[in-house]
Amino acid sequence: MTVLSLGIVRGLAGQLIGSALGIGVSVAVRVAMGLPLEVKEGAIVVGILVGAMGFMIGVGALTDWSKWMLGIETPLRLGPPEGKPSWTRYFGVDYSHKIIGIQYGVTSMVLLFLAGLLALTFRVELTTPGLQFLDNHTYNTIMSTHGIAMIAAMLVGVGAMANYLTPLMIGTSDMVFPRLNAFGFWINVPAALLIGTSMYVGGWDTGWTAYAPLSVNAPLGMQFVLLGVFLIGLSSILGSINVIVTVLHRRTPGMHFFRMPIFVWSVLATSIIAFSATQLIGLSFLMVSAERALGMTFFSPVLSPGAVAVGSPAGQVLLFQNLFWFYSHPAVYVFILPGLGIISELLPVFSRKPLFGYKWVALSSMAIALMGFFVWGHHMFTSGMLEGLRIPFMVTTMLIAVPTGVKFFSWIATLWGGKISLQTPMLFVLGAISIFLIGGLTGPPNGVSVSDLFLHDTYYIVGHFHAAMFGGFIFPFIAAIYYWFPKITGRMYDEGLGKLHFWLMTPGFWLQSLAMARVGLLGMRRRIADWDPGLGIETGQLMITIAGFAIGISMLIFLANLIISAVRGRVASPNPWQSRSPEFQIPSPIPEHSYAQPPVITGEPYDYAEPDSVYVSMSPASSAAD
Amino acid sequence: MKHLLAVVVLIVIVTLAVGFLLNPENLLPTLASEEGAFVDQLFSLYAFVIAFFFALIVVILLYSTIVFRRKKGDDKPGANVHGNSVLEIVWTVIPLGIVLFFAGLGAVYLKDTLKAEPDEMIVEVTASQWSWRFRYPEFGISSTELNLLNGRQVLFVFESTDVIHSFWVPEFRLKQDVVPGITTTLRLKPTLPGSYKVRCAELCGLNHAYMLAEVTVMEQAEFDAWVASEIDSGALGPPDRGAKLAGLNGCLACHSTDGTRSVGPSWRGLFGSEEILEDGSVVLVDEAYLLESILDPNLQVVEGYRPDLMPKVYGDTLSQEEIQDLIAYIRSLEN
Repeated sequence: MTVLSLGIVRGLAGQLIGSALGIGVSVAVRVAMGLPLEVKEGAIVVGILVGAMGFMIGVGALTDWSKWMLGIETPLRLGPPEGKPSWTRYFGVDYSHKIIGIQYGVTSMVLLFLAGLLALTFRVELTTPGLQFLDNHTYNTIMSTHGIAMIAAMLVGVGAMANYLTPLMIGTSDMVFPRLNAFGFWINVPAALLIGTSMYVGGWDTGWTAYAPLSVNAPLGMQFVLLGVFLIGLSSILGSINVIVTVLHRRTPGMHFFRMPIFVWSVLATSIIAFSATQLIGLSFLMVSAERALGMTFFSPVLSPGAVAVGSPAGQVLLFQNLFWFYSHPAVYVFILPGLGIISELLPVFSRKPLFGYKWVALSSMAIALMGFFVWGHHMFTSGMLEGLRIPFMVTTMLIAVPTGVKFFSWIATLWGGKISLQTPMLFVLGAISIFLIGGLTGPPNGVSVSDLFLHDTYYIVGHFHAAMFGGFIFPFIAAIYYWFPKITGRMYDEGLGKLHFWLMTPGFWLQSLAMARVGLLGMRRRIADWDPGLGIETGQLMITIAGFAIGISMLIFLANLIISAVRGRVASPNPWQSRSPEFQIPSPIPEHSYAQPPVITGEPYDYAEPDSVYVSMSPASSAAD
Repeated sequence: MKHLLAVVVLIVIVTLAVGFLLNPENLLPTLASEEGAFVDQLFSLYAFVIAFFFALIVVILLYSTIVFRRKKGDDKPGANVHGNSVLEIVWTVIPLGIVLFFAGLGAVYLKDTLKAEPDEMIVEVTASQWSWRFRYPEFGISSTELNLLNGRQVLFVFESTDVIHSFWVPEFRLKQDVVPGITTTLRLKPTLPGSYKVRCAELCGLNHAYMLAEVTVMEQAEFDAWVASEIDSGALGPPDRGAKLAGLNGCLACHSTDGTRSVGPSWRGLFGSEEILEDGSVVLVDEAYLLESILDPNLQVVEGYRPDLMPKVYGDTLSQEEIQDLIAYIRSLEN
């Protein structure tokens, strides 16, 4: 076996060659036209795009489709590759949704750790006033990259859960479009590389929101981020199509909609948003990219000399914000709906009690998904939008609190009167609820436009947003990793390390959220490299940094636990949690084809209090000998 | 029943404790504007609503995990409760009522913050990377400091010369983005004499953190004296005129006058010095070099500084005489 037989190595080589080719051809065309030899940003854009294509060709994500065009049939290759060790499956194109789910998951974790490292770096800087070891530009670059890398980590993490769990939970063996699934994953890799590279090619200084016209004038790193995000958006759209079609067409006999595990509902709701809104952020970032590289005027009110010469009209600054938030607000629900789905999924298992109000919880996800499309203007209360428009956006925004409240109340009602056991996944579910509660209760003051005029762009918002994202996505994601770890690896994680992780991370996160909100209310603005000692926020700033490090250390413990347990952990039984869900009725680790025969659904998913009721009838061939 | 009673008592206690902690007087900076008072009023209303929902969820969550904890060896399932439509309707309708109440109140307050008083003073605010300038058309003066009259409403009219900025004085509460290409406005009536700061709240690039301006709310006599002294400054000599222009055109946002290195070279001791350029050549800083660098800053960039940062607009926005005043000022900072 040579290194080149690994898809990812060929992909990286393809990206390098493609980038050089794209830039080279563009410069050659310039020279041929008699222009001076110079690498302009336009050439770099061509390089970035051809490079991404080069990666996809190199990794092999386009191989089957290219062969089809030539009339060559390619049967779906499943199982470990021939003549190669089975670990190599994870480093190349593989069509199993379980492999792809793990690929998403590992990529998400890598991004999460890198983004977290960036956060710790600038938190050290922000602990005391004055500039310690960063300069303004470096601060702006790593703060901005932290933001977009976290967003990418969460989007990829959603892909991990959706791809790994959806087919298992609806009792089928794979997604409907396995090749599209592989393509959707692999496009994230060149995209993530572009985002990482942005820091080394001049950096960028706009925050993850990339507001024009600042992003139009930002250094070259901006261009890498714009196109990287565009490609991740493409992955998100393709992945969501696959999830929607799979959920609609591949449910096992007897599993009608209101018998699906609740997580499937949330993934369906999330996919509907991702499928119909992501185009808008792709569009807005592409327009900024074109404005920078080609001198087209979309957003800048000040015309370039070339644009004046051809009588081009001036751009609209607020247009960018409208396009951006039309996706980026619903995107928040793309992250949190699967997270809240995990909470609803795990609570009944660890409470030995039915999920309270299953239909209300299921439909509240759909309500949030739908209403999320009508609230984007609340990010623009201070922007100078039409004054009266702030009122309808305030009303729609406040209404979102209602279905979100239904979820909270259903959760505590599920706990009430249960037989609760507190293993690590359950601890993280409870931690998620408590932190999402901080995020939820700090939200409405931003929704009421008058108080938002005070809170907007302060550290209060930073606290609110981080609590909503961690409570709504990261904590449930961690709970899910612990919970399904035995099904993935066939081994148990270490319970002691898991609890240590929890007891460092959760109080750390409470402290961080409350301290962020506190310093924000006292006048700390978001996205500043240095702060005014006159604000009286020294203690708060120190608390945020200490909490940040507690979270960082706890994540290292998490990582160590996963790696050690995957190799040396106790061998897991097929159903360590006595779950009723289909995937826990088959062996651990889950076999290549998951279900030998489709299971038949004959009851309700969460009847934990009725020991005689049956949810899944397995054929003897599929089921695990317990 | 005893569980319900215990939970209700705990919820009441936690609600009261958290509600008092969230009192805006403990949380927010001093209030210094009439319009900002609406924010504080809303916060005092939020306190107990937030405290109640916090208590409700946290108390039931913690109580359940402690009291309904599964004992070792107990394999019996939990209560067989699937749901309760009445409860679902209650916890949909009550929050609905609460959020609609706050949305309605927010709309009324929003309208109140927009109310104009007949004697409002107009202040035209220009924001640039990374400085604020304030023009008072009523008196025909401009300043880099924002001086306001206690008790007289101000209509701020905002313009940006480059990217989006945001005008925010925490003590005044309300903020407004300053957007290139459109004119935005904000009304504020200062109610407390004192010194505050405008803090740019929208990330605007390299020196965003330092985009601040002094704000002073004054009583009538002090304000009149300041206006009179500003009007007198028309009779200054060239270096002093240049010093004022340097502030009003944002030059000092990037060029210090005390020798500290910033976005651009410091002006202290610049005139007459010899600087190394990016291509390694040496240039003598004289009047010709300064003039060229003001008009086309990218032509000869000193080593170690980023090109493209300084706007190339001063040939249009400043008169020849004003540029000469600026050069005279830089010359006066010779060591």
